Amino acid sequence: MHNAVVVQHPELIAALRAVLPAGALLVEPEDTQPWECDGLTLIRQRPMAVVLPDTEEQVVQVLQLCHAHGVPVVPRGAGTGLAGSAMPNAEGVLLAMARFNRVLSVDALARTATVQPGVRNLAVSDAAAPYGLYYAPDPSSQIACTIGGNVAENSGGVHCLKYGLTLHNVMRVRGWLVDGTPIEFGGLALDAPGLDLLAVMIGSEGMLAVIAEVTVRLVPKPQLARCIMASFADVGQAGDAVAALIAAGIIPAGLEMLDQAASRLVEPFANAGYDLDAAAVLLCESDGTPAEVAEEIERMCSVLRAAGATRLQVSADETERLRFWAGRKNAFPAAGRAAPAYYCTDGTIPRKHIGTMLKAIAAMELRFGLACPNVFHAGDGNLHPLVLFDDSDPDSVARAEAFGAEILEESVRLGGTITGEHGVGMEKINQMCSQFDADSLEAFRGVKRAFDPAGTLNPGKVVPSLHRCAEYGRQRVSAGRVAFPELPRF
Amino acid sequence: MDTALQSLVDQVQAAVASHTPLCIRGSGSKDFYGNLPQGQVLDVRHWQGIVDYDPSELVITARAGTPLALVETMLSEQDQMLAFEPPHFGLAATVGGCVAAGLAGPRRASAGTTQGAVRDFVLGARLLDGRARQLRFGGTVIKNVAGYDVSRLLAGSLGILGVILEASLKVLPRPRAELTLQQDCDEAAALLRCNQWGGQPLPLSATHWHNGVLSVRLAGAEAAVREASATLGGQPLPTAHAAQFWTALREQSADFFAGDLPLWRVSVPSTAVPLGFDAPQCFEWGGAQRWLRSDLPAAQLRARANQLGGHATLFRGGDRSAGVFTPVSSAVLRVHRGLKAEFDPTGIFNPGRLIQGL
Ligand SMILES: Cc1cc2nc3c(=O)[nH]c(=O)nc-3n(C[C@H](O)[C@H](O)[C@H](O)COP(=O)(O)OP(=O)(O)OC[C@H]3O[C@@H](n4cnc5c(N)ncnc54)[C@H](O)[C@@H]3O)c2cc1C
Repeated sequence: MHNAVVVQHPELIAALRAVLPAGALLVEPEDTQPWECDGLTLIRQRPMAVVLPDTEEQVVQVLQLCHAHGVPVVPRGAGTGLAGSAMPNAEGVLLAMARFNRVLSVDALARTATVQPGVRNLAVSDAAAPYGLYYAPDPSSQIACTIGGNVAENSGGVHCLKYGLTLHNVMRVRGWLVDGTPIEFGGLALDAPGLDLLAVMIGSEGMLAVIAEVTVRLVPKPQLARCIMASFADVGQAGDAVAALIAAGIIPAGLEMLDQAASRLVEPFANAGYDLDAAAVLLCESDGTPAEVAEEIERMCSVLRAAGATRLQVSADETERLRFWAGRKNAFPAAGRAAPAYYCTDGTIPRKHIGTMLKAIAAMELRFGLACPNVFHAGDGNLHPLVLFDDSDPDSVARAEAFGAEILEESVRLGGTITGEHGVGMEKINQMCSQFDADSLEAFRGVKRAFDPAGTLNPGKVVPSLHRCAEYGRQRVSAGRVAFPELPRF
Repeated sequence: MDTALQSLVDQVQAAVASHTPLCIRGSGSKDFYGNLPQGQVLDVRHWQGIVDYDPSELVITARAGTPLALVETMLSEQDQMLAFEPPHFGLAATVGGCVAAGLAGPRRASAGTTQGAVRDFVLGARLLDGRARQLRFGGTVIKNVAGYDVSRLLAGSLGILGVILEASLKVLPRPRAELTLQQDCDEAAALLRCNQWGGQPLPLSATHWHNGVLSVRLAGAEAAVREASATLGGQPLPTAHAAQFWTALREQSADFFAGDLPLWRVSVPSTAVPLGFDAPQCFEWGGAQRWLRSDLPAAQLRARANQLGGHATLFRGGDRSAGVFTPVSSAVLRVHRGLKAEFDPTGIFNPGRLIQGL
């Protein structure tokens, strides 16, 4: 998407300058340009201004001023989001919260940590480590992404199946409504009176409130973790193995899959020792006490063997376990090396359809003329197909976008969702029209109004307008397939 | 449209047209809970049935009127369970009531794995709202961040946003081994122990303290339970006895809950010191849920709960007319008003049940 013309608002800028320290207000195009996108580089927009406050008082003043002028505010953490949720608004102020980067307290006995929103995900676990505790949700971007962003996206990681998403690990969020009114969701007890607003706040993509402080739950570090690397000659069989593990009553600490193209993509990069002849590799982790892990690994191995695994390798020590994971965790950078650009989507489907989905994606590779290695959180049915394309070629870009859209449509058709953990943002806003009916979309708008009546906090994201859905409907051909390549997705 | 559903839609439409308040009701097992029920009863029991259950997907979808007991029986046949261990409070409790009340049982604060509040296991829901719209939120997959998480907002909503028509709930395998241990200790020591254990990789699945006895349920892999029992120490309860013990706690049929004194639920950080008060008390959830039998003034109990970082609810008995829940802040109330206006503009659903005047 092209940059829309930035709207100027000299009066507001002057007022912001008066409340912010030097260097905390950026307005010149060359200064705002680095902020024009998040991790989804396909969509860019320069904001009217970027503000980088470092006190809560400044944030409140920014919110009050913008509210008084009816100017949109878009909160931003580290900008690693993959859906364009933090894409700036041409008429608005980008509120960068990264300077709020302090861990305020760790209460080892209560197993909680209270942190500012700009604290990086991994920094929370680092702060908790001396107490034998950690923060469980571990997105692959955890060295960079912030807790504020995690809460806004309800981020997941490779251990969600057993340890839950951000939602299950956040107890309390303090922040402000768009007009600067302070508000608190949840609390230090396990519940709070009234509706569970915390549940709807988490995953709201910066559209309901600005986050000032988060209290997360910490969990004890397991004594031991071991990982099985299993090879399969067929992706369908690997998918069935995932279902078989669950049916056997096993909840692995991690259960990830790479197809052959993905293994071949990451191996030269990570030297993980993946079986490059296998059609699919499954990584299946057990954690707990040594006796517990031994018991579970044995059960896992027998289920995997019965499901047709051609090769099983159990990590002998921590170094080997980390090596197994290195491939999976480096899938994105490896994709970045293998092609000028890659586009990662995030559909989630019922586990039983994994094989069907992978076959559908293989057919799309031919149709769109682009390669698409697949890595995914198999235990959750959460796919991350990596469409490789050339971002200097407009035709290649258009094909990549249409490919991604088609994967999302297929996810909905298979009874799943267009996004498991990355959010809708701008990226998947059209496919919201496929997943939800008009009434449910209107109800989402109602939720937004309840928090933000003027609609100025991160406007235009996630929930498509009626008009947009009508347009999107017209652009799709009657067979239910996305018209290609004319379709502008953004 | 199914006739049972059509009838619900018709009744809601009629109530909207005539501005008649509705009291949404399953079996009525939780009539005692929340502010006084008001309005004409909207009985959802005919809208029942399991819509889908696939054990390897770890999710069950059921209509609101489906008996909770039926769901639990189906799950246990597949060695699975509702991991929030919901109290039934009656033989005919329904799925809709379970979600709307949002109450969880002893397993709520189990350690390590996913926490066990009802909302943590809600994956999707259908709602009949105050514009008679049938809305669908969430879905049936474990990870889903498309749109605002309204289905989870419905857990514990006590019906103020509309009629929960259907819920998809995440289920979990039953633990392979379970063991309950008891040891003698006073309340402060019990609180400390529970919190210390919570920070260790132990398979705790429930804790309870009452009258100088701390009871701990371990659940998980056989090896883990065996090892943990050696670490914790204490007297093992025979299996059948243990099952009865936790059921009686969950269903509040244990002696502690008998009699007419008002029952207060005090929700505080697990590390909060003992409440004090010269009144019968017990705690669960590692100290995070405390029960108290007392006719002390609400203001006094609420002030104490607030001081400890939590809130107090008049759970059962007593005078409900002054409101059983701790009032919310004005900013939070503003959002509640906004949500109520969007989902139930004429204010017909369960008026006042969760928040007085709303
Ligand atoms: C290489 C790579 C790997 C990734 N792996 C994963 C993964 O495994 N799992 C996963 O779930 N995601 C993953 N992501 C996506 C991304 O890292 C997450 O969505 C992350 O939570 C975004 O955090 P952020 O701080 O970068 O937020 P941003 O991208 O800056 O913002 C994301 C959203 O949060 C809002 N926001 C940020 N701060 C605040 C605040 N203080 N108040 C209110 N709203 C706020 C923004 O408005 C926006 O809507 C990955 C991304 C990359 C680039």
